[in-house]
Amino acid sequence: MLPIPFRTEVDPQMRSRVNLLIALVSVVFLFLIGRLLFLQVIEGDRYTYLSENNRIRIKKIPGARGMVFDRNGALLVDNRPSFDLLFVPEDADDPETTLRELARVLGRDEGDFRNLVRENKLRPAFGEIVLGRDVDWRSVVTVETHQLDLPGVTLWIRPRRSYLTDGTAAHVLGYIGEINPQQLKARRGSGYVMGDEVGQFGLEKNWEEYLRGRSGGQQVEVDALGRRVRVLHAVEDVPGQNVHLTLDRDLQETAHHALEGKDGAVVALDVNSGAILAMVSTPGYDPNVFARGVTGEEWRTLTQDSAHPLNNRAIQGQYPPGSTFKIVLAIAGLEEGVIQPETTFFCPGSLTVGNRVFRDWKKGGHGAVNLHKGLTESCDVYFYLLGQKLGPDRIAKYARALGLGQPTGIELDHEKPGLIPDTEWKKRRLGQPWFPGETPSMAIGQGYVNVTPLQMANLTAAVANGGTLYRPWFVRKIESLDGRLIREYGPEIISTLNLKESTLEHIRKALQDAVNSGSGTGGRAKSNLIMIAGKTGTAQVAEMKGAFVKSENLAYKIRDHAWFVAFAPVEKPEIAVAVLVEHGGHGGAAAAPVAKKIIEKYFTRDGRPAPTEPRLASRDGARHAD
Amino acid sequence: MQIDRRLISHFDWGLFGLTAALVFFGILTIYSATYSPTGEQANLATKQFYWFMFGLLAMLAATAVDYHDIERLAYPFYALSLGLLVLVLFIGSVGGGSQRWINLGFVALQPSEPTKLAIVLVSAKYLQYDEPAGGYRLRDLWWPALLAAPLIILTLIQPDLGTAVVLSVVFMSVVLVGGLRLRSFSYLVAAGLTLLPIAWQFLKPYQQRRILTFLNPDLDPLGAGYHVIQSKIAIGSGRLLGKGFLNGTQNQLEFLPAQHTDFVFSVFAEEWGFLGCVILLALYFALIMLALKVVARAKERFGALLVFGMLGIFFWQVAINVAMVAGLLPVVGIPLPFFSYGGSSLVSMMTAMGIIINVSMRRFTF
Repeated sequence: MLPIPFRTEVDPQMRSRVNLLIALVSVVFLFLIGRLLFLQVIEGDRYTYLSENNRIRIKKIPGARGMVFDRNGALLVDNRPSFDLLFVPEDADDPETTLRELARVLGRDEGDFRNLVRENKLRPAFGEIVLGRDVDWRSVVTVETHQLDLPGVTLWIRPRRSYLTDGTAAHVLGYIGEINPQQLKARRGSGYVMGDEVGQFGLEKNWEEYLRGRSGGQQVEVDALGRRVRVLHAVEDVPGQNVHLTLDRDLQETAHHALEGKDGAVVALDVNSGAILAMVSTPGYDPNVFARGVTGEEWRTLTQDSAHPLNNRAIQGQYPPGSTFKIVLAIAGLEEGVIQPETTFFCPGSLTVGNRVFRDWKKGGHGAVNLHKGLTESCDVYFYLLGQKLGPDRIAKYARALGLGQPTGIELDHEKPGLIPDTEWKKRRLGQPWFPGETPSMAIGQGYVNVTPLQMANLTAAVANGGTLYRPWFVRKIESLDGRLIREYGPEIISTLNLKESTLEHIRKALQDAVNSGSGTGGRAKSNLIMIAGKTGTAQVAEMKGAFVKSENLAYKIRDHAWFVAFAPVEKPEIAVAVLVEHGGHGGAAAAPVAKKIIEKYFTRDGRPAPTEPRLASRDGARHAD
Repeated sequence: MQIDRRLISHFDWGLFGLTAALVFFGILTIYSATYSPTGEQANLATKQFYWFMFGLLAMLAATAVDYHDIERLAYPFYALSLGLLVLVLFIGSVGGGSQRWINLGFVALQPSEPTKLAIVLVSAKYLQYDEPAGGYRLRDLWWPALLAAPLIILTLIQPDLGTAVVLSVVFMSVVLVGGLRLRSFSYLVAAGLTLLPIAWQFLKPYQQRRILTFLNPDLDPLGAGYHVIQSKIAIGSGRLLGKGFLNGTQNQLEFLPAQHTDFVFSVFAEEWGFLGCVILLALYFALIMLALKVVARAKERFGALLVFGMLGIFFWQVAINVAMVAGLLPVVGIPLPFFSYGGSSLVSMMTAMGIIINVSMRRFTF
């Protein structure tokens, strides 16, 4: 600080500065008065006109979301122009008359419109009430021609999301909806406002950042009827970016139709990359309903449906894998050296552990069974015995190495991990030791074992490709509107299983014969076009102690789940498929034909060379029970 | 404490009367701005009246103590303001996209308001001694600059650009009148202008866009640009005589943003017309002129600079606020002193007025 230690009087310099300040302040005030004179007196009439009925309004133009294409460039999701019917009561001399007239020309109930106006009581003055979303063409023409009799009524064109495949890929594509307050808060600073549409589920949600369009808007001057006179300022909207998927639209549709009328899921993967070719879950829903704005009643119907149509069973459904799990045991047995391919067990039709009797699906038993026969005919006793030799912890080790018991990491929400139990798990979760009687159950994919269809497809792909486990993915690339590459995705290896070459060889051969030998359980998947390998599974929902009951005769809810996992072509695998049909009964009967349809479709798509001729089948209509 | 009889006889009734008149019109306008014909309305006008009562107490307190004692309180008051600004960063409540309020349960305190007083107090305290021959050079002013900088930066972070602007121009005004060399001032301006484009390069594109929109609201016709046009419509449609009390349409249909706070002048202008605006601005002008008279007659430099700083707060806020709502300046959050709704602002402004009256009363005593 300055070293002057005493206070001093105001110097004359200061006084002269005050005079200067008086002049400066006066100039500023005169300037402000001048501005007000200009606004209020000179321009007063113009502003008075603009203030009457608030002639200047903001119209928001929602930016179109990006389009979605399949792997071949076929359009899956688009935007189409649509008209909303808007009403601003302040623009009408007599809102009641306008509504009555509108109802008359459209042939609608006046009461509906009145209710909508009443529901929107809290809107700001001159705020628009949406009387109809996505109104049909006839209504548009009618309103246009009666414009002068309908003061306050306007049509507003806006892009609307359009899912061209309807419900076919609903669970992957997801749906959009109006942003809710929590989402608005979470996305503060990214330019969202109330009323914006935002991805709520699936691709639409997880790729929102690319797909979203940026809203534009117009500052418009309107006439006394609320009609636009001129645009004063405009901000262009910016469409979102286009997303290209690995899904195949044809395959997706085939899978969807094959599952029609059933509850279940299908996953088809590219064996050599983990790319998803098709993912279907039924029953589904039509995402177009959400694009139009889902009504409370529609939403209740969807969420209260006991079949849970909004759930993606391919990743959220957890089912006992049943006999498809025998693939895991076979790998574990061969790798651990517990069995050799030629090791033979005798199957008398059941196995007794303690006081419990574990039955084989085949009443009389399979007799002498080696690994190949065990897999093709799905002999339960063979795997009970193999399971006992391995023990739960070694089974769990291989199951987990093959991707079971943990989420695959696909970029979709709510993926379930499934469950692979072991002794440690049981102690931790249930506080109990592992009972020897639980091992046979686990060995045939029952008991605590739970998997998702996606996990089974991924496991099958790993068996087919020689032991590489990929992370399933379905977005191939993102492109800007003008086709510039924004982001590209590729396969990601989760792990490479160090399996003996011979192990997978044996299993693939067995799975091939399970479909093609005539004595196998998967005969229903046998194709004349392509060599398919596969494994059936029938997952018990309810335990039928001691009795043989045909699944078809059971009540629906306690009927078995049907599984089929497959890959093709056997020589050089390209596609892996997992099919689950809830309460479908036998896997060979209910699920295998679905897989066959998908695989045949895959190899007969347009422009594809005719597949290699499979070996001639010995006999059709093979056995289709586990 | 013994109160000198002369003090009471020297009480500046002119300044007090002008303050009361401005607050009175302010309350009327707040009433109108929040008036709703359907009944249910926030009784902000009544609240503002209570704040006025509270402000009177603060004003009385600010006049009762000798302002030389206030000088001793400059640093503690500065520390308190600084502390509150830091506190608001951590526990402040968010409103309108920035963090400005400390919620005390029954009332929300806006620390940036007393900060305006603090910056004047510490600058006047420092500059109270005779200026060196030829005036202050920049290097002589490192201490007050060091004190002012954190206040300005902390309000910028909130972000409260309006208050940061007011703090800066008030500080510059006090320093200039306190005797900054004109040449040094021009260096400062030149340096600022040179540094701007360099600093610009360091900003992210979205930050640049935000600043551009701030400088030219027309770039954002759906946001700030819309508010300005609605404000201009409100003012313009008042024409010569106004639409009459409670008859403004722009504000009642909620087209105006913040119609009872930063845009309260537009509401007033719509209802009272050009004539009303001239009278209102005349009241502010008279108030500033009377305060300038106190500056000229103050006993010593400290009193003069103190009063000048306080009136600087009034002047800059009136000028920027009116220019903003009339579409001459970018939209920033600056209240109209004594007029806009807001307890922190009203009490702080009345405290500032108390300090001016304090100096005015004691110009004869020793």
